[in-house]
Amino acid sequence: MTQSNRIDGGLIDRDRALSFRFNGKTMTGHPGDTLASALLANGQRLVGRSFKYHRPRGIFSCGSEEPNALVQLRTGAAQEPNTRATVVELYDQLSATSQNHRGPLAFDFMGVNDLLSPFLSAGFYYKTFMWPKAFWEKIYEPVIRNSAGLGKLSMKGDVDRYDHGFLHCDVLVIGAGPAGLSAALAAGRSGARVILADEDFRMGGRLLAETLEVDGMPGVDWAAEALAELSSMDNVRLMTRTTVYGAFDHGVYGALERMTDHLPTSGNKPRQVLWRVYSKRAVLCAGATERSIAFGNNDRPGVMLAGAVRAYANRYGVAPGKRVTVMTNNDDGWRTATDLLAKGVKVAALIDTRTGITRTLDGVRVETGSGLIDTKGHNGISWATLQSGIKIETDCLAVAGGWSPNVHLTCHQRGRPTWSEDIAAFVPGSDLPPGMRVAGSANGTMTMGACLTEGRDVANETIRDLGFTASRKAAAKAEDEASDITAFWHMGGSKARAWVDLQNDVTTKDIKQSHTEGFRSVEHLKRYTTLGMATDQGKTANVLGLAILAEASGKTIPETGTTIFRPPYTPVPLGAFAGRSRGQDFKPFRLTPSHDWAKSNGATFIETGMWLRAQWFARPGEKGWRDSVDREVTMTRNSVGICDVTTLGKIDIQGRDAAAFLNKIYCNGFAKLALGKVRYGLMLREDGLAYDDGTTARMSENHFVMTTTTANAVTVFRNMEFARQCLWPDMDVHLISTTDGWAQFAVAGPNARKLLQNVVDEGHDISNEAFPFMACGEITICGGIPARLFRISFSGELAYEIAVPARYGNALMGVLMEAGKEFDATPYGTEALGVMRIEKGHAAGNELNGQTTAAMLGMGRMVSKAKDSIGSKLSERPGLNEEGDLRLVGLRPVDRSVLLNAGAHFITKGDTPSMETDQGWMTSVAYSPSLGHSVGLGFVKSGTDRMGEVIRAYDPLRGKDTDVEIVSAHFIDPEGERLRA
Amino acid sequence: MIINHPLLGPRDAAEFVVKGDANLINRPDWQADDAAQQFYEYAYLRDNPAGEHRELWYHEQGDRSWLVVTRNTLTHEVTKVELARDVARAAGRSA
Repeated sequence: MTQSNRIDGGLIDRDRALSFRFNGKTMTGHPGDTLASALLANGQRLVGRSFKYHRPRGIFSCGSEEPNALVQLRTGAAQEPNTRATVVELYDQLSATSQNHRGPLAFDFMGVNDLLSPFLSAGFYYKTFMWPKAFWEKIYEPVIRNSAGLGKLSMKGDVDRYDHGFLHCDVLVIGAGPAGLSAALAAGRSGARVILADEDFRMGGRLLAETLEVDGMPGVDWAAEALAELSSMDNVRLMTRTTVYGAFDHGVYGALERMTDHLPTSGNKPRQVLWRVYSKRAVLCAGATERSIAFGNNDRPGVMLAGAVRAYANRYGVAPGKRVTVMTNNDDGWRTATDLLAKGVKVAALIDTRTGITRTLDGVRVETGSGLIDTKGHNGISWATLQSGIKIETDCLAVAGGWSPNVHLTCHQRGRPTWSEDIAAFVPGSDLPPGMRVAGSANGTMTMGACLTEGRDVANETIRDLGFTASRKAAAKAEDEASDITAFWHMGGSKARAWVDLQNDVTTKDIKQSHTEGFRSVEHLKRYTTLGMATDQGKTANVLGLAILAEASGKTIPETGTTIFRPPYTPVPLGAFAGRSRGQDFKPFRLTPSHDWAKSNGATFIETGMWLRAQWFARPGEKGWRDSVDREVTMTRNSVGICDVTTLGKIDIQGRDAAAFLNKIYCNGFAKLALGKVRYGLMLREDGLAYDDGTTARMSENHFVMTTTTANAVTVFRNMEFARQCLWPDMDVHLISTTDGWAQFAVAGPNARKLLQNVVDEGHDISNEAFPFMACGEITICGGIPARLFRISFSGELAYEIAVPARYGNALMGVLMEAGKEFDATPYGTEALGVMRIEKGHAAGNELNGQTTAAMLGMGRMVSKAKDSIGSKLSERPGLNEEGDLRLVGLRPVDRSVLLNAGAHFITKGDTPSMETDQGWMTSVAYSPSLGHSVGLGFVKSGTDRMGEVIRAYDPLRGKDTDVEIVSAHFIDPEGERLRA
Repeated sequence: MIINHPLLGPRDAAEFVVKGDANLINRPDWQADDAAQQFYEYAYLRDNPAGEHRELWYHEQGDRSWLVVTRNTLTHEVTKVELARDVARAAGRSA
């Protein structure tokens, strides 16, 4: 296809041709084109189908406000739906397809919806699919889902990379049109750090689309000079292809920079960068968006905004039609006609809705005080009908309904725009985000000369705020073009539907109907009709819709009010928000010090909280995880096993008041803990419920080492800092988290001491007499490596935990295994760890779940009443201390061959299962290789008084009902002889 | 949101963890006659004003200071930032 609509001029590089495909058809364009301008140059008016009625639609605007020309860009995994052709920069071999049609674009089978439109008006879904109820899930919803939406996802993973970045500046200038360039020049000349961001790939805004002169030269040339000056300033950063999409608290702005979207592929670079811009001040120069006028069939391809038609001619060298008609309610529309005529494009007629206009145009039929009521044409406009009935042959209709300032960012902190009768549009209110000023047409200043002056003046005010001296240089000068407007919203006099919101297929009739049915506030109107929703957020439609609602309700527009805007200004891909936090990087895990050793010794790993831990170590011949876990438990209980327990939180506590401080943190006493001893401690929350547990060792008079559970390591430390700084601020106590600083291994089993004696340096006596149960000390191992040894046991066996600086961790694992060779030592993972703690009856996360009290855990007497500690007072509440409360017990199946399930609820034999007869629940279960059957822990009402009772473990979710016997939670070594051996 | 840390200057709110009402500093005396009632109110009753509010924020990704931030919950305007330890001491809390 040739570029049949290409005309002279424009900011495109005609020396280079770019080949691209639309719906498989090959076309050519030039660098500087958007996909939209290239499609228009190639005479492609029909580019998509509308959302609801599948009406043929064409390119409507020339910017990010585009409601119609949404296309699928690229193919395969890189395919992106709903991209606006008007902002897609053309690149060689670009491939795009139209959306939302079945069958070919020019004959969409879903176009039947258009014939059904009398039934599909506002609120259709709410009214129609109410009954029968059973139809919803099986029939209505699948059908609606199938026909809803616009583009299609590739359903493949995103192949591109995204990144986040942080920028700081004195002044952020948003938008690089006349006001923005003028503001950036003023701010830059003062020496302030300036960021100038613009969503376009070329800065200049309307200067690129107009023929107006600035400082005696074409506006385009002045923009180029201004940009050259700005680029020469070290204190100014120019960011093209960057949309400032949100104004957040305290001068923080969100910006999306499209780094590679204009290239065939992103290569190795991030496709987009989401910037967080920290600004001291901001100047919003976001310009204005033109809006349409509603009249019959004003949605056909070829009906466009007048300013866009002018931009295509001036900036892109494209005539959107061969016989253009202009319909306007303001002076700006006339410039579209004069600019087109100057380019040699035929203007069929100019229709001004205003009366009393005496201006004429050579060779152009001018109608005033009148308007169009209908259009005709298959897949595009070919005729327009005047109120008088006269038909005008035309292939492009340029509609000028007035310009609405882009106030969006002024609303992001609940600011409300106010109505300006002068320009018939909403302008920024007085409640701007702190630090923001507005200049140019975003502020309702609608002429070139005034924009340039206001940009400079507002920037100068801004930098004076910050203590800079404003440059004396005057603003660039331009004539103030005619810009009078008399509000005019829609033409009556035709039964044809008149479109307000093209993206959501909302017509004037829908708005009136919404009002008739009682949806009279603008917020209700929006939600009932979907006016202003979807990708364009009603940029071209909202004000028109409000005006028609106002008319229907007999109110003024200010009385009717307006919806306000939230971020983002234009759509931001989720990939950009995610940045690098994708896949494994979404939630990175930490590796334990012995990870490499475990990896090369057959470990299977599992994520536990923030860590990746060895779950078990399979040996050849083992058929499943149970084989490995059973063996690890058995070998540990029979001889010795080693487990990396580094992940437990470790907090180093020092200071003269360290012991007194621990007395506040733990509910049990710590002040009298002897030097060189370890004690089990239980922490409560202030509400009296159990929070965390662990051991704390007194290494010296004023030095303690605490362990917490893996899960609560972060919050325990946070809460202890809270206690230290906020509750007892004068205590001499200092905390450091040393979780990552020390590698720690459990060495458990009857041969644990013998194994350790092989690595502990001479002079450190770890015999039972010298180093009894709950002893701790600083030792050296392997010829001088510093280590800490704790005689504590989570398994119920004779056991130690040995800690070394983390860098020795991986080596120590190997050394311990070597030293344990003679005892056939086994490494064990988290599963065997869990089995052994259940066999021994130790509470863990399933029992310490935030709903349990010390008494429930069998530790009620540990809560000291002789001192103040966090949670001690509220743990005495009557509600937590009632007769018949739950108690932690052990459970074993009467039929020993049955496997128990955690989550089962206990029911007394003979009772019917119900909430009322519920006796508690099973918290943890394991197969005990030591006992040869399944064992469980659980909470049973008055459980400790019911030893020996057989009770039902009722599990309707899994369809199980098992008789279990209530026994001591300590299945193994209830007297503690092993761990004291 | 930016919190102007009294020691470190302006820092992004993402570096902090928020705990809520700064009244949590005023932990009751466990030996008071009505200690149970006081602790109940301390643990469960919080002000949640629409407007100026004093909140505890913890600089977890920073120097681990607990701060008392006076923030307007309607506008997010931060009018005052203090070290919680100073606030606690001024309120008469000590070891």
